[in-house]
Amino acid sequence: MGAVVDTLRLTAEEAKALLERGELSGAELREAYFEAIAERDGELHCFLRTVAEPDGEGVPIALKDVISTKGVETTAGSKILAGYVPPFDSTVAARVKAAGLPLLGKTNTDEFAMGSSTENSAWGPSRNPWDPNRVPGGSGGGSSAAVTAGMTPWALGSDTGGSIKQPSALCGNVGLRPTYGTVSRYGVVAFASSLDQVGPVAKTVRDAALLYSIIAGRDPCDSTTVELPEPVRLPEGDSLAGVRVGVPTELNEAEGIEPGVKEAVEQAIALAQGLGAEVGECSLPRAVRYGMPCYYLIAPAEASSNLARYDGVRYGPRVDGSSYQEMVDRTRDEGFGDEPKRRIMLGTYALSAGYYDAFYGQAQKVRTLLIQEHRDAFERFDLLVCPTSPTVAFRIGERAADPLAMYLSDVLTIPSCLAGLPGLSIPCGLSQGLPVGLQLIGPQFGENTLFRVGHALEHAIGFDTVPERWR
Amino acid sequence: MAISREEVLHVAKLARLALDEDELERLTAELDKILDAVGVVAELDLADVAPTPHPLDLIDVWAEDEPHESLPPEDVFANAPSEEARQFRVPAWEQ
Repeated sequence: MGAVVDTLRLTAEEAKALLERGELSGAELREAYFEAIAERDGELHCFLRTVAEPDGEGVPIALKDVISTKGVETTAGSKILAGYVPPFDSTVAARVKAAGLPLLGKTNTDEFAMGSSTENSAWGPSRNPWDPNRVPGGSGGGSSAAVTAGMTPWALGSDTGGSIKQPSALCGNVGLRPTYGTVSRYGVVAFASSLDQVGPVAKTVRDAALLYSIIAGRDPCDSTTVELPEPVRLPEGDSLAGVRVGVPTELNEAEGIEPGVKEAVEQAIALAQGLGAEVGECSLPRAVRYGMPCYYLIAPAEASSNLARYDGVRYGPRVDGSSYQEMVDRTRDEGFGDEPKRRIMLGTYALSAGYYDAFYGQAQKVRTLLIQEHRDAFERFDLLVCPTSPTVAFRIGERAADPLAMYLSDVLTIPSCLAGLPGLSIPCGLSQGLPVGLQLIGPQFGENTLFRVGHALEHAIGFDTVPERWR
Repeated sequence: MAISREEVLHVAKLARLALDEDELERLTAELDKILDAVGVVAELDLADVAPTPHPLDLIDVWAEDEPHESLPPEDVFANAPSEEARQFRVPAWEQ
């Protein structure tokens, strides 16, 4: 059977309408995506595994491999979880299942979601659909590249310091990191528990909003979740009259922002003004200088604790030893790749006697300042805008040997993550033939504002999400 | 140097990682650079600032203590590298 739909262009909303009108069966729709996977995933390596006969007659979905799926291997991109088949569904996997969305497969990620390029995956990197010599971003590069390449209409990622927003920027699609606490982390392989959030990746803002409405809300299995204060509104209309848009100087003038990125973002801001938004400058004085350092103390500290559970006792491969201690130490050294080891070591150091106050304790206080800074900005503005990533997609290998250069990939996404705030990345143009992401940052529970503004701008910008080589 | 080779060895022991010689050398150099970069947080005088452990204002979240179904043991042990009589089998602890 030939493909009945063009999956490169079909949105999830359009797919849903085709199914509802009976113009297409669920099986035909799934087949179209499996054909796209067969055609393009050899080059892009977005999927770690596909599901032969998925359940559900709705719009198919792909899930990042940190999301536990009952009966479907879940490795978090790590050798230490090779062969692990979860005996239970994460809450987000259960919610998409309950909504009737068939699972196409599990997508590639940097090991334990630690990275900005997917090059840290134990199973090899994914590639950017716009230019396969470049990274798709990370850690959720598999989910993001799969959406852009028409191999799934939408996907779920997870974001600790930028792992949804940054890949969406680099692949030219829409990614939402929700407000901390709005989406359950139950059954999501933990990296840094005070930061991790699951969120949607899609071609349009409306699709992202629709998927967010499926997964959001309090979950008794995760005591850090809350009910949404207001229901998700699917955005309509193009007017931004009365919307106050703040442009934080530090996040728009940061060292390392490429001129082409800056230009595309400035054009998008001008479009917002044209749609009626009131645009003004503001300041987040400590966000750039202290955000990345604060994050790379807090996230590794939490990771060092979370990753203590991988000991070769209950699941995963084991390396034998003559004693329990030797077995554990060898299993961990063999099972973890370089980046998790680096972060476990960094976090263990930051939490160790004599260094706790100076590093971890101090970072927790910096976090308080960053929260206050954002709160002050939202006294005057409804949302803040800046580039998602300082650069367009970089070449595979370009930053792999320099951990600090890789960490700086997230310098603009990290501050609002530390503050627990929602962020939406939408494509706002091309630079050097590669997508540029515009980051919209909202106040706590401000998703509906982000959807409204993102939707209006998406129309005004008119970005074509299909990579030029496939048009 | 922000961190010495001996300190890295000590941290590896705390983190339960049997690092080999190459890893030890590389990690010492990398951690030194990273600690230098993240160490800028020390510039700020934060004596009067409260730490943030978590971005939500949630305190004392309670749940009813009600019995509920647990996973069947066969599912729990299905992933075990070594099992005996419904227990995880491991080598003996070294005294």
